[in-house]
Amino acid sequence: MVENKTYIQSFCTIQNNEIILEGASIFKLEPTLFSDFSKKAYQNFEMNYPKFFKMDSLSKLAFLGAELLLKNENSESKENNTALLFANNSSSLDTDVKYQNSISDPENYFPSPAVFVYTLPNICLGEISIRHQLKSENSFFIFETFNPVFMANYAKILLNSNKAEKVLCGWVEYYDEEYKAFLYLVAKEGNLEHKIETLLTEYNK
Amino acid sequence: MEALKQELKEKIIDVLNLEDIKLEEINDNDALFGDGLGLDSIDALELIVMLDKDYGIKLVDPKEGKVIFKSIETMAAYIKENRAK
Amino acid sequence: MQKEVFITETNCITPIGFDVATNIQNIVGSVSGIQWHQNTDLMKMPFYASIINDEALNSAFAKISTAEKYTRLEKMMILALQPIVEKSKLDERTGFILSTTKGNITALENPSSDNFQQAHLGHLAKNVADFFGFATEPIVVSNACVSGILAVSIAKRLIQGEMFDNVFIIAGDEVSEFVLSGFNSFQAMSDSPCRPYSKNRNGVTLGEATAAVLVSSDKENAKIKVIGDGSINDANHISGPSRTGEGLFRSIESALAEAKINANQIDYISAHGTATPFNDEMEAIAFNRLGLENVPVNSLKGFYGHTLGASGLLETVIGIESVLESKLFVSLGFDEMGVSQPINIIEKNENKNMNYFLKTASGFGGCNTAVLFEKGR
Repeated sequence: MVENKTYIQSFCTIQNNEIILEGASIFKLEPTLFSDFSKKAYQNFEMNYPKFFKMDSLSKLAFLGAELLLKNENSESKENNTALLFANNSSSLDTDVKYQNSISDPENYFPSPAVFVYTLPNICLGEISIRHQLKSENSFFIFETFNPVFMANYAKILLNSNKAEKVLCGWVEYYDEEYKAFLYLVAKEGNLEHKIETLLTEYNK
Repeated sequence: MEALKQELKEKIIDVLNLEDIKLEEINDNDALFGDGLGLDSIDALELIVMLDKDYGIKLVDPKEGKVIFKSIETMAAYIKENRAK
Repeated sequence: MQKEVFITETNCITPIGFDVATNIQNIVGSVSGIQWHQNTDLMKMPFYASIINDEALNSAFAKISTAEKYTRLEKMMILALQPIVEKSKLDERTGFILSTTKGNITALENPSSDNFQQAHLGHLAKNVADFFGFATEPIVVSNACVSGILAVSIAKRLIQGEMFDNVFIIAGDEVSEFVLSGFNSFQAMSDSPCRPYSKNRNGVTLGEATAAVLVSSDKENAKIKVIGDGSINDANHISGPSRTGEGLFRSIESALAEAKINANQIDYISAHGTATPFNDEMEAIAFNRLGLENVPVNSLKGFYGHTLGASGLLETVIGIESVLESKLFVSLGFDEMGVSQPINIIEKNENKNMNYFLKTASGFGGCNTAVLFEKGR
């Protein structure tokens, strides 16, 4: 395969009650629960998308990151072929545990469809696709830790095989109030070269 | 009946996570689905669970939900008639 | 020019057979794995499901290992991989993809920190990988019900992208209280063995299985060539498919464009056919939009139930045999046409020479995958 250079057009990190966009802190709260933090971030950036409140924590986390990186990408006139390539460690375990609790007591057995639907990690890709009308390639992977080698390779394959014009990559880990999101948009043009070292440096900041 | 309607509005906002909607914004005869509150198919299923959990009503045919969940008014009437708790 | 990629080995562990030949024999004889179960550990009410017999599983596993640490699903996965891995050398150029929706989710039934670890999909992948000694980090795909077939697309892309020369894929899921109760809460469970595309279909029957394949750039033992793929989201709803089949339509279009063939060259479609009212209708619409209404199509859910993350790969394994043996298999459970657009359901086993075979799947989250295969000459 011909190796064309690819570039990181934008990136953001969400962790410890703080959102960092292109290296600069743009929103920060004193320590609080994720439900509170995510709601205030949503309000702060005037996202105006009531479905947000129906999402589980993993989807909220992924949604917030995608919102910041894709808000300038949406266009009425042209379809946006941005693929979604996401991964994490805990899959949807936070919601899995919540759902399991709803069926573990025979005296109080009320499985919730609205919880069950989030017991799949790729639901967050569906949420982002709906919000930004991305009828595009999407896939969700599980790794021990952020795997920049795989992510970079797969993103390049999607771009070089013309399966996508851009790729929104994301590490979105959430389990029981512990969370970290690192999202970045990869394309064939840009200033910051899409390199494994760069990804690692920005991820670890 | 008024108390039941009030209770249903609170429950719907809570169970369906309608954070942006205030109690007084829901009228008794507003459509819950479609153009009204904009609830969707998962919400309908969740309301079926709520009927079972909070009022002891088991819907055998989910299609019944269409009529029952038309508005707060129709829901309250159905619950009053059929509740087991 | 993209590198050519082939499937060279296949295997599967299902309620109707622990190897491909036995599965085919049973399919030819219209033997289904779906049975009536009364097991209150799984569900209060009796239900239909396609479940692997524990004794058969344990005795098969005992022939390859005496280790007792493996979960039921891990045994099913190891058994599926074992005969095809033992022929190969596992080096840095050999990848390993595991695809599943819920993995060892049953570990959550008895909360403890060990069990919690076990419920991690990475832990499952490591256990299976370590049994064989893979030299590369496992790649876990968890993309709802397209996971199994999406893994084939990913393996092909990783080989074309020069990351690997060979990729082993294992896909598997288990019937559990977790999944049964969830589908039931969605009012999506059929009260009889599922009837894909039929007028009176009323939902899924769940099943369990594992399937394994070797995807390779080496043509030597090729069973079939992977010639195009697409995996495109509906961007419509997280639990219901698009009414217009948009994502599936585009996924197939993308696969066709890459393969540089026309829709009218496709000889056979192994579709998703879960037997929910919306899914089957959506597929019929998408196939019609592409002019595929006359292509013979089946759903294998009548034999296996919906095996979730395993289904796409299991049905590919069976589809490959269809092509190699020039036999179209009946879409079991079908009676009267129950979709609004015409499609050509295979109503009885018949012979047909095939060159091009399309596998599709769709799932929660709005995901769809289509992969096109070409028979080797």
